[in-house]
Amino acid sequence: MRKLLILFFLAVIMVVMVATVVEMPTIGDPANVTNNEVPRRYVEESLKETGALNVIASIITDYRAFDTLGEATVLFVAIAAALSNLKAH
Amino acid sequence: MEDVIVRYVSRFILPFVQLYGLYVVLHGHLSPGGGFSGGAVIGASMILYALSFNLAAGSKKLSHDVSSILESSGALIFAGMGLISILLGANFLANRAAGFPLGTPGNLFSSGSIAIITFGVGIKVASTMITLFYSLIEEEDHSHDHH
Repeated sequence: MRKLLILFFLAVIMVVMVATVVEMPTIGDPANVTNNEVPRRYVEESLKETGALNVIASIITDYRAFDTLGEATVLFVAIAAALSNLKAH
Repeated sequence: MEDVIVRYVSRFILPFVQLYGLYVVLHGHLSPGGGFSGGAVIGASMILYALSFNLAAGSKKLSHDVSSILESSGALIFAGMGLISILLGANFLANRAAGFPLGTPGNLFSSGSIAIITFGVGIKVASTMITLFYSLIEEEDHSHDHH
């Protein structure tokens, strides 16, 4: 009974996941909604605007540096919480 | 852990691992990689050192207090670059708009604040791994003392 229940829920999860994958846009399709002016601006202008050859570095530490600062803050808060817990006793 | 093979091999490969990690961090704006991946390589090399020798030897190279200070200073470098941008009269974390020299693309010293922020993130990620590793290991040592 328990195994049947597990199999049933696994099948439900599989249906949801397969449906999601089927709905996903094809990789590299020029008609994708993500293929708008934002990545075009990054590819064409990032060298001139940031001077970095690595476009990804120019995105994560210049265009979206605030996001990366939040990411680093998450890391910092996590280690601070772990340290205060481990050193408490 | 007293394993002569692990000790010998890790002593041999550690300089290469650390040099590669430093390269990935310092060339974050030129080649694939960046602060997060390069910092992870450097932190893993220190963990390998402390695992293959022992914790006392690892603490002698980079003590717990020093790695805690390095971690905070990495975060401060990142946030400080943003505040410098404000002081120079632009938005928080602005690069070209704040007037940082962009240099020639492809040079090591180019792209203004990106290189400095990548360096700060690299320090931070490396010391985070080391600090977490030390505190977990030291916790184990203390519990042995109490029992």
